Amino acid sequence: MNSKQVIMASDQAKAGYIKGLSVHTDESVLISSRVKEISLKAGLGLILFLAGAFIALPVASLFIKSPLDVTLRSLHDPVVIDALRLSLTTSALTAVTVVIMGTPVAYVNARFHYPGKEVLDSLIDLPVIMPPAVAGIALLMAFGRMGILGHHLNALGITIAFTTVAVVIAQVFVSSPLYIRQARTSFEGVAPEYENAARTLGASRVYTFSHVILPMASNGLISGAIMAFARSLGEFGATIMFAGNFQGRTQTMPLAIYTAMQGDLDVSLCISIILVAISFVVIAMVKILTRRVHKNAGS
Amino acid sequence: MLEVDAAKRLRDFRLDLRLNVAEGEILMLVGDNGCGKTTVLNMIAGLLSPDAGRIVQAGRTLFDSEMNVNIPPEARNIGYLFQSYALFPHLSVYDNVAFGLRARKLPRDEVGLMVKDQLEAAGLWDIRNAKALRISGGQKQRVALARALIIEPDILLLDEPLSALDVRRQAAMRRELRETIHQYGVPAIIVTHDLRDVACIGDRACLLENGKIALSGPAEDVLEWGKTAFA
Repeated sequence: MNSKQVIMASDQAKAGYIKGLSVHTDESVLISSRVKEISLKAGLGLILFLAGAFIALPVASLFIKSPLDVTLRSLHDPVVIDALRLSLTTSALTAVTVVIMGTPVAYVNARFHYPGKEVLDSLIDLPVIMPPAVAGIALLMAFGRMGILGHHLNALGITIAFTTVAVVIAQVFVSSPLYIRQARTSFEGVAPEYENAARTLGASRVYTFSHVILPMASNGLISGAIMAFARSLGEFGATIMFAGNFQGRTQTMPLAIYTAMQGDLDVSLCISIILVAISFVVIAMVKILTRRVHKNAGS
Repeated sequence: MLEVDAAKRLRDFRLDLRLNVAEGEILMLVGDNGCGKTTVLNMIAGLLSPDAGRIVQAGRTLFDSEMNVNIPPEARNIGYLFQSYALFPHLSVYDNVAFGLRARKLPRDEVGLMVKDQLEAAGLWDIRNAKALRISGGQKQRVALARALIIEPDILLLDEPLSALDVRRQAAMRRELRETIHQYGVPAIIVTHDLRDVACIGDRACLLENGKIALSGPAEDVLEWGKTAFA
């Protein structure tokens, strides 16, 4: 064999080897990719299950640990009745206040540029990040009897701290960012063209706002208001610091849970179950509303 | 007669133009994207204010920088067809067309009669209850035009009225649009970048380049410009 033939023979051998190898690898690649896919799916499934269980277990435990008859009996407890009534009225008042005060702010910030807008935007978002206890003490320093504004009000005979009004102020303080942010996004979703079209058709700014912009943004505004309402129902830290913990006056449901824990666990569980039920309704409503918003925007 | 003499600083250039449109005349405003065509319409409609100049319609001053006159868009009585039509998606076809009359606080039965006439004339009566979101592109264009015409505008402004339609519908719509606008006999400005629109719809045409009128003449001559300006 001359050198040329040697090279040719070795090339053939190499080609045969590669061919065999490729048949072999095709099968093993197929199997290993299937194994990989199955294990990936199993892994992801496990993570999803653990995440679900991590949230579901404590919620389910609430229901398991409090038998229905005990819960129903606790519903008649004056502590529960007072807390429920106070929480629902203050949260509803908060939601109304936040909508009235927050809607113009959200609209202006969605549509216009003005000096200091960035600063105001950051300020609006601040209470979401601020620890509630800090919010409570800050409110006390502002509106408390010795507070910056509070001592002037006190001189006029107006007391805010440790009253039901303080409960509402604390709730507005912590929940307004949720509404304003959602409302702003909804207003931004209404293209300025619709506003322009309405104006050229003879509609004033007010008519345009009430007949075009508000209806087009309404789902987002309602879901924002529901979120603010829900956040108010759960408010604890700022309320206890700024409004105190007086049954019937400032003791909202979360405060009643905390107080009852030290005596009657059944009462705590009863209030907790009511709050969980409300949370479920809130999530469902927000989901339905935001889905409708996306559907409208998409088509 | 609509008289426009307006200047406005835009991001890339200065818009500076003077144009007149007679009653019943259709002026086609032609030019590339971003040459300031829509800005001209928005200034006439009052959605944007010129930095200087004046806009007068049939002796009524809509804008005058020296006399500090700036009538808001809702008081200018202008029929404006937006490029995207801007039909209110939460309202039905009927309510979209009725919008301008209701904003003027016209009595309910008068609104009903006028809207019925307008919808029947435009062939839209059968779809009056459909949500504006759910109708076809051609129907949207008709609804938007009906909505702009029902207020009996003193000026008509149309921004790329045919661009959202398919080619086959465009040809039919050109003729229809020309006839409809001529019926109303008010000054009309149509913005387009399609030279076929110009010759088929317009009476006169202006070519806008970087905010200035580069060429102006009878609409039929535009295809001649095509050989020079657009070459």
